[in-house]
Amino acid sequence: MTDTTPEAPSAQPPLRRIVEKARIMSVDDMRRAISRLSHEILERNGGPDGVVIAGIRTRGQFLAERIVRKIEEIEDIKMPMGILDITLYRDDLQTVAKQPVVRSTEIPVSIVDKHIVLVDDVLYTGRTVRAAMDELIDFGRPRTIQLAVLVDRGHRELPIRADYVGKNVPTSQSEVVKVQFEEVDGEDSVLVCELEDEE
Amino acid sequence: MIATRKSLLGIRELDPDEIVEILDTAASFQEIQQRSIKKVPTLRGATVVNLFFEASTRTRSSFELAEKRLSADVLNFSASVSSVSKGESLRDTAKNIEAMNVDVLVMRHGSSGACHFLDRHVEARVVNAGDGQHEHPTQALLDALTLRDLFGKLEGLRVVILGDVSHSRVARSNIFLLTKMGAKVTVCGPPTMLPPEIQALGVEESTDVRAALREADAVNVLRIQFERTKESLIPSIREYARYFGINERKLSELPEGFTVLHPGPMNRGTEISHGVAEAHSGTILRQVSNGVAVRMAVLYLLYGGEARN
Repeated sequence: MTDTTPEAPSAQPPLRRIVEKARIMSVDDMRRAISRLSHEILERNGGPDGVVIAGIRTRGQFLAERIVRKIEEIEDIKMPMGILDITLYRDDLQTVAKQPVVRSTEIPVSIVDKHIVLVDDVLYTGRTVRAAMDELIDFGRPRTIQLAVLVDRGHRELPIRADYVGKNVPTSQSEVVKVQFEEVDGEDSVLVCELEDEE
Repeated sequence: MIATRKSLLGIRELDPDEIVEILDTAASFQEIQQRSIKKVPTLRGATVVNLFFEASTRTRSSFELAEKRLSADVLNFSASVSSVSKGESLRDTAKNIEAMNVDVLVMRHGSSGACHFLDRHVEARVVNAGDGQHEHPTQALLDALTLRDLFGKLEGLRVVILGDVSHSRVARSNIFLLTKMGAKVTVCGPPTMLPPEIQALGVEESTDVRAALREADAVNVLRIQFERTKESLIPSIREYARYFGINERKLSELPEGFTVLHPGPMNRGTEISHGVAEAHSGTILRQVSNGVAVRMAVLYLLYGGEARN
């Protein structure tokens, strides 16, 4: 045998790594998009009254915090915000290898008759949004449920669309869209990456 | 991690990481108990059988609520009204129930090790809801969650376990859990109720309640189990109440914030006085609500995919 590389266990699935392909939004792009989303939410609902922003853990939560801060700045008011953890409502719990970590859902106000704006970073298959709507409805009967996302990358598997979109990005299914927030990732940016099999 | 396990039979075989995982998950489930619709669809389609060979209201109701709040289908099976009273063996009972395609068996049994036996003979997951004088893992987990809620951590906490330690599965599971998490445990009670060589489990031993409590942050008061202690371990209930019962006088020497836990049901006037039971009812009832959250967490984590066929 001339092969000198350390033997890799053949039974293991190939390691995949994420390779950055393009930076589609910068700090400033994100700031402008969030500002526009906030204005659109206010315009559509005729002001902030009766509107509750609800972020989906974890990246949606950071986006929701930015939107809430922006609306508070525009309207000079305090705005309620909720956080949804959709783990217990996932439709793939029977198939994932390990049970995902459950975090708590925090809805500080009654949602009955309110306009709820669900917020997530990326809209992809729509399954997360389906789970979030199911969870939300367990808290009461909102007047409307609307959806705001920073990036819509297509490939829906359910009949779901967003009301407010930061940027539409056509992608292939082998790609990964990474939304980064300064709070957790050290910088604000949106990247398109490719999953590649490691040599 | 716990998701790779088939069953929860005792605390003894768990790693500290797994205990933290269960407690953290339970903390997330606490919030569901406050909602107006206290139900999530997580275990939809799963069938859970509560197999209770010993009388139990509290633990069985707590498990049943946990199962229902996770949307599982629940079947209750109690020994007194079942085929067991007609002479069927445990193995046959379990095999028959399993033939109906159940996913989880929650069992309480009077014999130590009954859950281990069951686990070897069935494909379904098994959760120990108390086996003889062996273990009662979910009770220890809910006690720990309550202590962690109140003190913020378990490491370094000083806990007295008071009462009939020899015959108590609650005591054993608590000792395993607390020592694994770095708490300092003292067992206390009349000498007839303390097992010989208990120090081998890494705990201190004391027969002086006042001295033990002075050095502690919390006490877990075990119920005097009249049904379980056939031989006389104590001269009289009155004498036990006087020397080992927790009352206002004993607590008056202790700092504010001293915590009293009781696994229930309480014998007021025996191991705990009426006044103390009232004053500490907040904590004791918190144990009950934490019980549902802990059992939801255990069912959720065990129902993971890896070990399933």
